[in-house]
Amino acid sequence: MLNPKLFDKDIELKSTRYGFSEGLVLAADENSNVVGLCADLTESVKMDDFAKKYPERFVEMGIAEQSMASVASGMAAVGKVPFMASYAVFSPGRNWEQVRTTICYNNANVKIIGSHGGVTVGEDGGTHQALEDIALMRVLPNMTVIVPCDAIEAKKATIAAARTNTPVYIRLCRTKTPVITTEETPFEIGKSWVAFHADNAQIGIVATGPLLYNSIMAAKALSEEGIAVSVLNLATVKPLDADELLNFAKESGNRIVTVEEHQIHGGMGSAVAEFFAQNHPLPIEFVGVKDRFGQSGKPQELIAHYGLNEEAIKEAARKILGR
Amino acid sequence: MSDILNEDQIRSLKEKSRDIRVSVVEMLAEAKSGHTAGSLGMADIFAYLYFHALKHDPKDPAWEERDRLVLSNGHICPVLYSAMAHAGYFPTEELLTLRKFGSRLQGHPHREFLPMAETSSGPLGEGLSQAVGMALAFRMDKKENRVYCLMGDGELDEGQVWEAAMQAGKEKLAKITALVDRNNIQIDGTTDQVMPLEPLKTKWESFGWHTIEIDGHNLQAIHSAVQEAHEISDKPSVIIARTVSGKGVPEIEGSYRWHGKAPDKEEAERFVSAIKMQNRE
Repeated sequence: MLNPKLFDKDIELKSTRYGFSEGLVLAADENSNVVGLCADLTESVKMDDFAKKYPERFVEMGIAEQSMASVASGMAAVGKVPFMASYAVFSPGRNWEQVRTTICYNNANVKIIGSHGGVTVGEDGGTHQALEDIALMRVLPNMTVIVPCDAIEAKKATIAAARTNTPVYIRLCRTKTPVITTEETPFEIGKSWVAFHADNAQIGIVATGPLLYNSIMAAKALSEEGIAVSVLNLATVKPLDADELLNFAKESGNRIVTVEEHQIHGGMGSAVAEFFAQNHPLPIEFVGVKDRFGQSGKPQELIAHYGLNEEAIKEAARKILGR
Repeated sequence: MSDILNEDQIRSLKEKSRDIRVSVVEMLAEAKSGHTAGSLGMADIFAYLYFHALKHDPKDPAWEERDRLVLSNGHICPVLYSAMAHAGYFPTEELLTLRKFGSRLQGHPHREFLPMAETSSGPLGEGLSQAVGMALAFRMDKKENRVYCLMGDGELDEGQVWEAAMQAGKEKLAKITALVDRNNIQIDGTTDQVMPLEPLKTKWESFGWHTIEIDGHNLQAIHSAVQEAHEISDKPSVIIARTVSGKGVPEIEGSYRWHGKAPDKEEAERFVSAIKMQNRE
């Protein structure tokens, strides 16, 4: 089901924004009501292929993220399926209230594409590294939140989002990350799946986004050390896949480690913790950014600095065994 | 539509604006909270739109060929609800449920409760962008639907309004007719004190809009301005309608203190007689 080269050193790397690009063109081929809006970052957020193929369905907004959210809402009100894209810090960051009122409150059929999520934005520094967007979007009623783990999943998520008729947020990343899945890997909004299975697992890692790769590598290394660890890919942060989360925890020693390239406060880990606290109390360790802003650096330097690498995940796993 | 309204049309529209105003006062008094001044100030424009200009069908609110009316300053929704009820969208008795638990008539419009409202609003400055989105979508589909956007003058402080204005100008969205309620008041005082807007006409013109200034209580002037806007085919139009907040009730006309206040029972009775009296003149 997964890339046969998953554990090879020369695994193919591709940014999730490129998967979005392919998915948007396919979604637009499928449905003539799909339109695109972008706030002066068309090439950077990879809406350019769509804009070239369907110029009459592309709206250049200029640097106006607030208006973009409401324009998209207006287009949805007359039957369009708007995809609006920018960097996540600006959209859905700067325009959060417009997203709340004109998109979610109206339950408008708008798809928000937030690129440049996480510290792996790299050299541009902390202003451009969205670490709060999952939290901002998951608190909004009517909103679905998806964080694809790789370019192929991003493509599938884009196509799936276009087929729904409610607001969806898809978080993308700038940097190239390992291609974990294949075209055959199933994708369904709201469904999670086990990406690495260990028999008699003592710990379960729940990961969202490209850090799924680091999680799998950590789980494999730990399993080789004699600590059996399974990994769940939780691409849809909202709505949570409640049944699978519960099964996964029960089959993974009722110990959970969450992994995300986002603030620990309010992110995917918080959503998972809310779920388990109410339904199946168990110990949880959170791998994520610890109430800090990002900074300039190479993506992998930052991943290490902010405690999001394989080592940090292994440490969290060892810690939870001792609790 | 003909260039001028005849006497019968004017008389009939005046009756409608009177009915709308009376209902506004009654529903606000029953709700015991809400925005009186702006709602009364826009009654003539709402009467004109709902009973003359709008292409719509109250019995079929989802009719695809209808014009869209986006109320950007959602706090004046009593006048929207009142005009809709009098036009036949729902029974006028329902107006008395305004702001009450379970009512379709939320304190600020919510489309989930009242799907026949074209959008939800309340947070200011967001309506024109939605009108732009609607007009863009209609143009992509080669449709002729018009989009009216009603805005307060205070909300022009919001930067988003000018983002939308810039885009409408760039895209030459001639099907958009924006109407600015130029009553010169906002919550903290006059617009001049809070954040001067003048020269307002020049501002809009410089953003690529055809701009018309009128007396927002003169039905003939409203009609001519809307007609003129419809005839402009290469740019969006904005009608800056000079209005008097609280219009129809002399004792509150022009007072910003009545922006976010509802009349009590006694006041409401007085206001209703004043409205009825004025219209007889």
